[in-house]
Amino acid sequence: MNTTDTLLWVVYPYLSIVVLIGGTIWRYRYDKFGWTTRSSQLYETTVLRWASPMFHFGVLFVLIGHIGGLLIPKSWTEAAGITEHAYHLMAVFVGTVAGLCTLIGMALLIARRRLTGPVFAATTKNDKAMYVVLAGVIVLGLWATVKANIAGGGYDYRETVSPWLRSLFYFQPDAQLMAAVPASFKIHVIAAFALFAFWPFTRLVHAFSAPLGYLTRPYVVYRYRDPRPGLRPTRPGWDRPAAPADRPRRTR
Amino acid sequence: MRVMAQVAMVMNLDKCIGCHTCSVTCKQAWTNRSGVEYVWFNNVESRPGQGYPRTYQDQEKWQGGWVRTATGRLKPRAGGRVKKLFSIFANPKMPSMQDYYEPWTYDYEHLLTAPAGNDFPVARPKSLLTGQATKVTWSANWDDSLGGGNEVLAADPILQKVSDQVRQDYEKAFLFFLPRICEHCLNPSCAASCPSGAIYKRAEDGIVLVDQDRCRGWRMCVTGCPYKKIYFNHRTGKAEKCTFCFPRIEIGQPTICSETCVGRLRYIGLMLYDADKVAKAAAVKDEHDLYDAQRSVFLDPHDPAVARAALAAGIPEDWIDAAKRSPIWDLIMKYEVALPLHPEYRTMPMVWYIPPLSPVVDVLRDTGHDGEDPHNLFGAVDALRIPIDYLAELFTAGDPEPVRAVLNRLAAMRSYQRRINLGEKPDTSIPAAVGMTPEEMNDMFRLLAIAKYEQRYVIPAAHAEDAHRLEQLGTECSLEYDGGPGMYQTGPFGEASGTPVPVQVETFHMLRERQTSDGFTDAGDEPRRVNLLNWDGNGRPEGLFPPPRDPGAGGGATDGPGVIDEDRP
Repeated sequence: MNTTDTLLWVVYPYLSIVVLIGGTIWRYRYDKFGWTTRSSQLYETTVLRWASPMFHFGVLFVLIGHIGGLLIPKSWTEAAGITEHAYHLMAVFVGTVAGLCTLIGMALLIARRRLTGPVFAATTKNDKAMYVVLAGVIVLGLWATVKANIAGGGYDYRETVSPWLRSLFYFQPDAQLMAAVPASFKIHVIAAFALFAFWPFTRLVHAFSAPLGYLTRPYVVYRYRDPRPGLRPTRPGWDRPAAPADRPRRTR
Repeated sequence: MRVMAQVAMVMNLDKCIGCHTCSVTCKQAWTNRSGVEYVWFNNVESRPGQGYPRTYQDQEKWQGGWVRTATGRLKPRAGGRVKKLFSIFANPKMPSMQDYYEPWTYDYEHLLTAPAGNDFPVARPKSLLTGQATKVTWSANWDDSLGGGNEVLAADPILQKVSDQVRQDYEKAFLFFLPRICEHCLNPSCAASCPSGAIYKRAEDGIVLVDQDRCRGWRMCVTGCPYKKIYFNHRTGKAEKCTFCFPRIEIGQPTICSETCVGRLRYIGLMLYDADKVAKAAAVKDEHDLYDAQRSVFLDPHDPAVARAALAAGIPEDWIDAAKRSPIWDLIMKYEVALPLHPEYRTMPMVWYIPPLSPVVDVLRDTGHDGEDPHNLFGAVDALRIPIDYLAELFTAGDPEPVRAVLNRLAAMRSYQRRINLGEKPDTSIPAAVGMTPEEMNDMFRLLAIAKYEQRYVIPAAHAEDAHRLEQLGTECSLEYDGGPGMYQTGPFGEASGTPVPVQVETFHMLRERQTSDGFTDAGDEPRRVNLLNWDGNGRPEGLFPPPRDPGAGGGATDGPGVIDEDRP
């Protein structure tokens, strides 16, 4: 195991994850107001109407595929009676459909962003950089899959990449596992960790606020004004007045 | 019984002259920023007209509000929770910028920099979305006062419902104005549509607000609100809406739209209601019953049992007292002249309207009748220039009876007061004909015609008054105007990210004190103020200059030009 391997497959992923977690916490504390989808639907609906669901549902399936392929050990699926061949067929089929949806949706969205005047005017430098990284990861991933499948019977990353990734999670990183992985997969992994590190500092944070709580909450939300006077948190150097003690208050 | 308090408004449409002062002052107060150029928390629509955004009342198209399911429950018309989540990536029923209008400015710079030539330079319109030259084709009030004629008016969704009876011939044309703010509904469908739970109803006063820190820009509220009074800030990616000027309400001041209303047509007061009854009342089967159903959830603050329950529910004593004096209670429940806007949306709106009586007297006089005779008047209410059916589609889900009753009362009041005004003997049969006593009719006249500021706005202060004395935060830096040093003040993640900059401009309390007191309002202010208007320029009046600094503090010159010799008499 040489230094490069250690740097690429141990130090770099950990750094990236630390930045992802730390950055997200910091962003949430510092910038709740900027935590939004920054939707451009108001400017343009026709293309968005098709492209955005295509991209988002595609990318959600891709995410599920990655969880299935990377986090669930091969031994488990085999214990469940799914052969490597069956798994591979399914992964390639579902993965290709989801990947194509993602790719087409993304292409349409980027074209829309460039060609619709108001949408382009509302695009920040940060957005542009984010698009490059995000598109890079997606294209590299598709390319790695396509290349491996055209060249031969596909590459069984569940023997190498998956155990390596899991080894990161239980803090016994094994860089050796990545040594023999094809270059196309290596590049995809490196790009993905770059995306993770960049994630908290882009509009992509909206993915973390997927509103699943909506399914269980009552329709109308009531909120009491803060029992402490004033509606906003105290700024440094601002003294709080004491709350009027005689006010009867309901418990929340 | 779960007693809750709601700040509510009633607008008397007979008095609205369509001057748009409310819209302008509201805009200056709340939406004078980039990203919300097209946003009008308060707008004044001409009726008939398409409204803002265009044809928003057509719920077949925009899918706002609630719908009653076969099982008698309510669900948002645009779909329940699961459907909302599945359509979250592109809201299928959201108005686009074209349904509002593309905001623009003018290229004023060109007026100053254009080279000398034969033609006068002109300031061309430029889109505020793209910065490119644009053509102005629509705006917030493009169809003001029937502008655009039949071509535009034909698209009025309300007119379409009643159009077979209503002609828009020039000599039959009718017009009235409808000022609109957020309805601060008892059963808000915007809040119900918000996946993030960022829109909430304040338990203390019922004001519906958007938590800007929790809004994630999913845009479902824009669809959910049938009145289209939630707007999407396209720069910050957050929903914004009318706040009922809560910082003013909290210290007992009326909203800015009410404060500046030229016609004094707005009334603000408290309503107590039974929160347990809201869901059932909003789900009554027949749309025509919704008006009465909503009235049935209101609780009479004069009833000792209600007052006790309100106290037990944590509503302060002075609030219950304010609810007793509420002009809203009188207009809705006592005189029964105020009606809700579109009760059929089932959101239980809390901004109500007194329908316009329109020039009924003139119409009668022209036909040779005594326009002030009450019996002629009642008959003529049905022949009003503004068709009752049109008003009914706005205020009572199409049921003409409540509208007719209101207009009869207004007409009766007019006839009754005319006799008194002319020194004739009051005809007590007139109030009796509309089910009122002469005293009630007189009180109603006073409230509608000559109520003073304190009678029109009965607003108890919130019980955290002191907070605002100490804390006054602006969300935008005062130097952030176009070209200013703080322009595009943004965090690293795009428009307006980061925490807001605290700006101590002026507290609302100071403003109120200065507006309402006769003397100096700032303790220690007296010696420093001089009335320059009656100073003849001679001598140096006391207090023209600030008091001397502590000589021991040191620093600065003590002699020379510009230094005031404090010892000189």
